Order: sequence, then structure tokens, then C-alpha cells
Amino acid sequence: MPTVNISKKALDRAMGKNVPLDQLKDRVAFLGTVLEKIDGEDMIIEVFPNRPDMLSEQGFTRAFSSFTGRRVGIKNYYAKKSDYRVIIDRSVNEVRPYTACAIVKGIKFDDKKIKEVIQIQEKLHVTYGRNRRKVAVGIYPFEKIKLPIRLEARKPEDIRFMPLESSDLMTAQQILTKHPAGRAYAHLLEGKQMYPVFVDGNNEILSMPPVINSERTGKITLKTRDVFIECSGFDFNTLSKCLNIIVTALSDMGGQIFEMDLEYPKKKVKTPNLAPEEMKLDINYANRILGLNLDEVEIKRCLNKMGYEYKAGKALIPSYRTDVLHPIDLVEDIAIAYGYDKLKEEIPNVATIAEEDKFEIFKRKIAETLVGLGFIETNTYNLTNKENLTTNMGVNMEFVEIENSKNSDYNVLRSWVIPGLLQVLKSNKHHEFPQKVFEIGTIFKKNPKEETGIVEMERLAVAISNTRADYTEIKQILDNIFRSLNIEYSVNETEHDSFIPGRVARVSVNGKGVAYIGEINPIILSKLALEMPISAFEINLTDLYTLAKPKPQV
Amino acid sequence: MPDLNKLIQTLHPLERAVIPVLENDIDALTVIRKTGMKEVEVMRALQWLENKGLVKINQTLKEIVNLDKNGALYVMEGMPEKRFLQALTEDESMTLDEIKDKAHLTKEEINICLGLLKKKGAIEILPRMRVDVTEEGRLLLGKESLEEQFLRKLPLDLAHMAKEEKYAYEELKKRKEIIKIDVTRIKKIKLTKTGEELSRLKLSDQFIDSLTQDVLSSGTWKEKNFRRYDVTINVPKIHGGRRHFVNQAVEYIKRVWLDMGFKEMKGNIVQTSFWNFDSLFTAQDHPVRDLQDTFYLKNPARGILPKKDLIDAIRKTHENGGNTGSKGWQYLWDRDESKKNVLRTHTTVLSAKTIAALKETDMPVKFFSVGKCFRNETVDWAHLFELTQVEGIVVDPNANLRHLLGYLRKFFSKMGYERIRIRPSYFPYTEPSAEIEAFHPVRKEWVELGGSGIFRPEVVKPLLGKDVPVLAWGLGMERMIGEYYNITDIRDLYRNDLRQLREMKVWMK
Repeated sequence: MPTVNISKKALDRAMGKNVPLDQLKDRVAFLGTVLEKIDGEDMIIEVFPNRPDMLSEQGFTRAFSSFTGRRVGIKNYYAKKSDYRVIIDRSVNEVRPYTACAIVKGIKFDDKKIKEVIQIQEKLHVTYGRNRRKVAVGIYPFEKIKLPIRLEARKPEDIRFMPLESSDLMTAQQILTKHPAGRAYAHLLEGKQMYPVFVDGNNEILSMPPVINSERTGKITLKTRDVFIECSGFDFNTLSKCLNIIVTALSDMGGQIFEMDLEYPKKKVKTPNLAPEEMKLDINYANRILGLNLDEVEIKRCLNKMGYEYKAGKALIPSYRTDVLHPIDLVEDIAIAYGYDKLKEEIPNVATIAEEDKFEIFKRKIAETLVGLGFIETNTYNLTNKENLTTNMGVNMEFVEIENSKNSDYNVLRSWVIPGLLQVLKSNKHHEFPQKVFEIGTIFKKNPKEETGIVEMERLAVAISNTRADYTEIKQILDNIFRSLNIEYSVNETEHDSFIPGRVARVSVNGKGVAYIGEINPIILSKLALEMPISAFEINLTDLYTLAKPKPQV
Repeated sequence: MPDLNKLIQTLHPLERAVIPVLENDIDALTVIRKTGMKEVEVMRALQWLENKGLVKINQTLKEIVNLDKNGALYVMEGMPEKRFLQALTEDESMTLDEIKDKAHLTKEEINICLGLLKKKGAIEILPRMRVDVTEEGRLLLGKESLEEQFLRKLPLDLAHMAKEEKYAYEELKKRKEIIKIDVTRIKKIKLTKTGEELSRLKLSDQFIDSLTQDVLSSGTWKEKNFRRYDVTINVPKIHGGRRHFVNQAVEYIKRVWLDMGFKEMKGNIVQTSFWNFDSLFTAQDHPVRDLQDTFYLKNPARGILPKKDLIDAIRKTHENGGNTGSKGWQYLWDRDESKKNVLRTHTTVLSAKTIAALKETDMPVKFFSVGKCFRNETVDWAHLFELTQVEGIVVDPNANLRHLLGYLRKFFSKMGYERIRIRPSYFPYTEPSAEIEAFHPVRKEWVELGGSGIFRPEVVKPLLGKDVPVLAWGLGMERMIGEYYNITDIRDLYRNDLRQLREMKVWMK
């Protein structure tokens, strides 16, 4: 989860008093955030990804001081009118069609504030910006820029500037292959014929979004007072919200926001748009969902605590909130303001009928029977590897592979269960014998008729490992299970490369094969370095259940 | 003084057999010899007698010199130096190789013999690497050496050896694997006062040791007493069959939900992204859908989508909220992305499918499931790629957030967590969302147990056709089970170590 670093002092300032840590921790938790740890003066707070507006010291303290009642209600931000222009060339349509921009003036930057600005930018990139895929943010020292600013696309060979943390002029291609940031984000421009650049009135390249700013014009210093901010991406709405999150935080830092005129090929827009958004809220709806009985005054008080305004059935939503999609989001915020810890639990007096899955009952009865016969149940993973399923077992069979497993020992879904049991026995060679084990597990096979192209079935595998393998003993277990289930079965000799020829059989019910049983072939045992003989069987319980379903009683 | 009569009644037949030969300072080997019993029987009897306070066993270590591998060979075939001389006496002079072949000696043995025999003046070295025997040598050949005598006498007690024996021992010790020292334990028995008294008594055999069918049918039990057992005795462990302890917990958890009127949901592990993510209003660029977090299938990589009107409803909800009253996520929904097969990342996918199949008349209704879900994690003490999730939904037009708290508190109290709380949380598919936390009595802090909330209208309306509050939760089971069994490394839950499975306490809830 994303985190934000906040000094305890800043929080105390927001609360207007020094708050004991325990109480602070508790309040932070009930705002829907987590005080993860305290690192010297800094507190590290986890913020859920739906609240990027809280990913800055300013944004978090704003929400927190409102939640604790110190400063409630909507906080209005205004952007001053201006004639600052940004021209968006139609050439960016194919690469990065939109931007939202603003200028914030009068911030006294010191090291701490510069760090904060970088934190806001980075946190937004990672979360809301989806690693710059959705939004890339650039913040520039305004004093180094001549208006108007243009967003245009150029051929890579026509792009040449000095990227951040570099002392050389580089071409776009060099940046993408040699510069660390270039390499990290090159994939976002992959396959594009042209790359986007912000260029100022002197035709100086300011940045190549979403990759990197220019060292000369794209770096805030202690001398900077005014900044130019741009968010670029593919959805204008998303960019506007992101811009609002940044400019409101900078405004809280003491800056003054200025509008910019964005001249798109076909229309003109002004950003930022800091006007609150209206949303209808039905008080009954809120009360019904929460199981409360709040009147309008209380609802208003709750919404104020969460930074909203409320007027006559409508909530006013601050322009930096990205997470309010539906009135239900207001309802949650009402609950947070009311206090999750103050909700009284209730179990309604509603009769519903319980029902256990019938197949689960069937499986449980079989497990109980095996326990009665002295077997230990194991519990192995559904994921395994090709070697375990096939080469180690001397068989060839189709299986279902995972595309992207981080662990090469577990990159295939199991196609039968006995291999897993043999692995268990292999890792228990040093324990007491006889070892009698069973497992009921899911197996996966391809079947184009299924929704996913894969059919899943439950299998029972049973194995006995002892000083001598005994077909009789394992067949006695199988026989006991079938008799317990009152199912008639037949056994026919068969061939299976995991078992000893002449000591392996196919078990059928109503002419349909449901199980293999036999003594494991010593070739397999020696492959697995198993030192004791093993006899085993595996039953398809899914099929057996269908075959065994009792006929309706007359 | 203990009651001798009662003591006699408790004596085991083995003890009875041993007692008559006992005397002070007798050692265990002598007891074995005198009684003609097996060693384990005598040792067991002596151990029991010591437990009863009748004897005291003093154990001392004794170092015994024994023949080693080469020694045993030399006793049969003769010492190498003797064979060396023997070979020489039959010919004039010989080369070392000739001796080696004739006397069947190894190169190493030849070298030892050379040094040894030269020192004793038994051989002389001639030019061109030839060797001949001296008169002294012929003399030596005729008599038994100290070393040979020594080997013949073995085993000997290292602590009690004569001077010549010691000399031979020191000489042989230098040579390879001729002798070795075995440490044996000598058990000396001392009778206690009670023991002495008892040993003087004549022990009657008029006790029944085991009540057998014969004893029962013949009626001999009427005339004799039963030998008294030591009922406090430790017995060897036996192991029966067992359910896996995690599955015992699963059964219990299922029982809890059934008791509360919930129906069981079941479903596949492999699901399309449509059901696992899209139907749960998880935007297609949400990080949870990254390859880093979710297992995608290689082949078949894609599945089939459900009927068109449901796809359309889900698409619109993502793009602009559709008819749910929401703004949606404001992006272009990609049909192909939703076809991708995944290993379900949560059992919440079963809830989505269940809701999609519900009819108006089914409500109110409650469902649960306990099932595996999958995350593309690297395994360590805190992470597994397969986890068990406890899932529940309540589909009830009158449901509210307080009910959610009510159901969860009941469940957790049945799981042994008395102090729980919910705090605000975030999931793409619930609003309000709540994290459930329990107060950990040892760590003295709140620990997370699972996520919950009310399904968003964007989830319920496309699936059910109308917006009804659906309470929902998905709780990680491994942590609760680990706490109950004092398991801190999550991998130990699925290690399948037979000793652990045999000895693990049963789930007592």
C-alpha cells in the first residue's frame, strides 16, 4: 500500500495541540489509514490507493484536521485568472493526447519543501498514475521558462536535450537506452514513431513525458518561487484530478494558483478547475445502508468532517477527490465520520436455511472412513511442476501450465494426486513406518467445453509405504471404501507405467473407469530415491459421486 | 519400609527370574549368563527393579582392546613380518616385488615389514634392491612374538594389562587397523536394603501375569492373585489416522457458518478475469491484475465470456457506470483482457457468480465458502502462493453495515477472538469497506484478520439486475489456524511432515 511521510509536528499543528501517540494511532486508523511506523520525527502512514489526495503532508493533514473536528467543511481553493498559454499540437494525438496544466506562485522553497514536492510527484506516479502509464507529472521552475508552452510530438532524432542528473546533451534514443530514468520508462514509448515533448517559447525542450525533465528547465531549486505544473496522459478527467491534488497541496504550502489556457486543436479549456462537484445524496439511502437513523443535521456534520459541504440533498465534493463515483462513496465517508468504532452490531432476525454442499459431505465421509482405517490426511499444493507429474512418474500426460509463476517448482496445475503423495513420502523417509497417507484434491485437465477450457475434478489418492508393498493391503482399503459407500465395482488388469506390470488394475463402476490401483514401479521409487515399497490408488471422486448418487426412493 | 508383600505382587516375571541370582557387585553380564535370559530382558528387569528401589545400578565405562579388521586377518594368516621371513627362507635372496607376490602382502605392509625386520636385525639389504634373511631372522621365525601372543589373548581390559601386553599394545597401536578399543558399559548391581531383604525371600509363582482366554476358561484366576501392574508406567506411543489439522479447522469453520444459516458455495479454481476481476468492478489497469500478483494461465490462456447482456452491463459499468448511478472508472473496457484465465485471487469470485445466478424469490439468503485462492508470491515464512479464504455474503434487501459487524463478531467469537473491531478500509468492490481486526492478547496490538464490506452497486446491479445491499467478507484462514496451533512460519501449515501430523493436537472447537 502507498505510504506518506509526515512529521509529527505537522500533525500536531493540524490538530492544534500535541496529541498522545496512542490516541493519534487510533484516530489515524479510524480515518481509514494506518500509522505504520515512526521513523524519528517522521511518521509513515499507509493510505489506501483510492485516496491519492492524502499522499502528501498537506493532503493528509487537511483530511485529518477535518476528521478530528479541528477544521471541518469544504476547503475552497481558487485559481487566479491569467493569460498563460499552453498549446497542444495535434501531433500528440497518437502518443500522449492530453495535458492539464497550472502555475503556482510564491512558494518559498527550502530543502524540506523541495523534498515534499518530489514526494507528491513520485507517490502520484506510482499510484494514481499507474507508474506513469496513466499520468505523468512534471513540475518546473517557472523563472526558467518562456511562455507559451507547447506540447508536441517530434521524431526521436529531432529531440535533443540535457536530461535531469546529466551534464550532456542527449538524443531521445540515448536517453531511452542510457539514462536510468529513460531505461525505466522506455517501454511507455515503445513502438511510437514520434515522442511527446514540452517546449517553451524559446523552443527549449522542457521535458519528454512520461520519461524525464530537462536538467536546465525542469529542476526546482532554492531560488525557485513559482512553478509550472503539467500532468500528461490519455484521459483529460484523470489528469485534471491529478493536477488538482498537486495544486491544492502547493496552495496549502503557501502558493497561489494560476489558471492556464489550454489550446487544443479543436477547443480551448482552462485548468485547473477547482470548483467542487455536486452529487445528490438520499439521506434514507445512507441510513438504510448504515443501519443508522441520522437526521439531516447529523449527516451534514458527518460530511463536513470528511471535507465535504452539504446543502439541501446535495453534497459538494472537493475538486481533489478522485474516489467519489457514486453516492455510496459518500455513505462510506459518513460512516467513517460517524465512527466505525461507534457502530452497534446486530444480527437480524431473519430465517435462512443452511445447506452444506452434498459433494462436500460425500468427501468428508470418505475422509472419515480412511481416518478410521488408520490413514493420515495430507494437504499439498494444487501447484506443482512438470517433472513431478510426468518424468518422475514415468508417464506422459497433458497438464495445465501457469504463464508467469515466480517459482519454477510450482508452475503447473496438478493433473493427478499420487505424485504429490509420493513427494510427501519422500520427505518423510526418516519417520516411523508403516506410513499410510491420503489426500483429497483438485486436479486440472484441458477441456474446450468448459468456460475456461479447463475441467476441475476431485480425486482421492491413497498410499501405503512399508517394508513390503502389498497389493492385497491396498486393495483391502479400496474395497472397504466402496463397500462403505455401497457401490459395486469391478477390477481389470491394465497397464500404467507408474506401476509394476501385472500388479496394476483399472477399477470401474457401471463400466466407467474411476480408479487406478497397484504397486508403484521400482523404477519410479528409485527415481524419487524412495527406499520403501509403496502401493497406492487414485479414485476420481467427481465421477464416483455422480455414479453413486442414490436413486430416488419409491 | 515398603510393604514387601505388595512389592512382590507387582514383580514382573522377568524381575522374578532375575532376583534369585542377584548379589552385591554382580555385573549385568554375569546376570545374563547365570539366568540364561536375553540381554534386553535382563536390562529391562534391572531397570524396573531400580525404579522400584530394590537395586541400584552403577554404570562404569570399560575400555576393551579388540581385534580390528587387519588384526582379525593376521590372526588367521599370520603377521606380515612372519610371512615376509617365511617367503625369504624358501629362496636365496629376493627383490621386494618377488616377496610381495609370494607372501601376498600389500605395498604398505612390505614397507612396515622392512623397517620392523631391519630394526630386529632379521634381514639384510643386498645390492640391487635384493633382501636376504639373517640367522636372527630364522630364529625369530620359529617363535611366537609378543605381538602375536597379545593378539591371541584379545579381548583384554586396557586397564588391567601385564607389562609385555602393554608393550605389544603400544607397538600394534602404531600399525594400521590391527587393534581397536571398544568402550563398553559395565553395569554393577548393588542391592538396596529392601532389595536384600526381598532377595532372601522365596518368591512364589502363584501370580497370574496376563489374563488370557485359557486362564479365564480354566478358572485358575480364582486361586491365584493377579500381578500388580505399575499403572503409572510410560507406554510406547501409537499413531492413529488423522484428518490434516488445517482441514479439521476448515470443517469447524464450515460448521459455524452452517449453524448461522449459510449455504455452501462451490466453484472452480481457474476463472476468467471477467469473473475474478471485471464482475467485481476491479478496473482493468488495477495493480492486482499485474503479472506480479496474479497467476495467468499459459494454455488455454483465454476462456469464454458469459451472455452478451451481462458483458455489456459490466462493460458500461466500468466505462461510465451504466445504469448503476455511478460514474464508473472512465476508461475503455477491453473485452479481450477479461477473457484471460487466472487462478482465482479470491473466493469472492464465487460470490459474484452466486449473485449472478440468484432470483428475486431467493432473497434473503446467505452463502459461505472455504476455499483456496492464489497469489503470485515468492514463498517465505509469511507468504504462500496458495491460501485458504473464508468467504461469506448476505443478500438481503434489509441488510446494513451493523449486520455485517454482527455476523463477523459472532464468527470470530466462535473462532476464539473475543475482542474484534472493524476499521475503514478499501477494496474496489465494496463500499463501505471494513478491515476486521482482533486484539492480540500477547502482542497487545490489533492484528488484521480480513477484509469485508458491502458490495458496491456497480457490482450488484449488473449481476443481480437490481441494487440490493450484499454484505461480504473474505477472511484469511491461515493466520487464525497458525495462532491456534502456535505455528509462526506459514509454510509449516502445509509441510506435511508425518511426525507433525501424527502428534498435532486436534482442533478442539
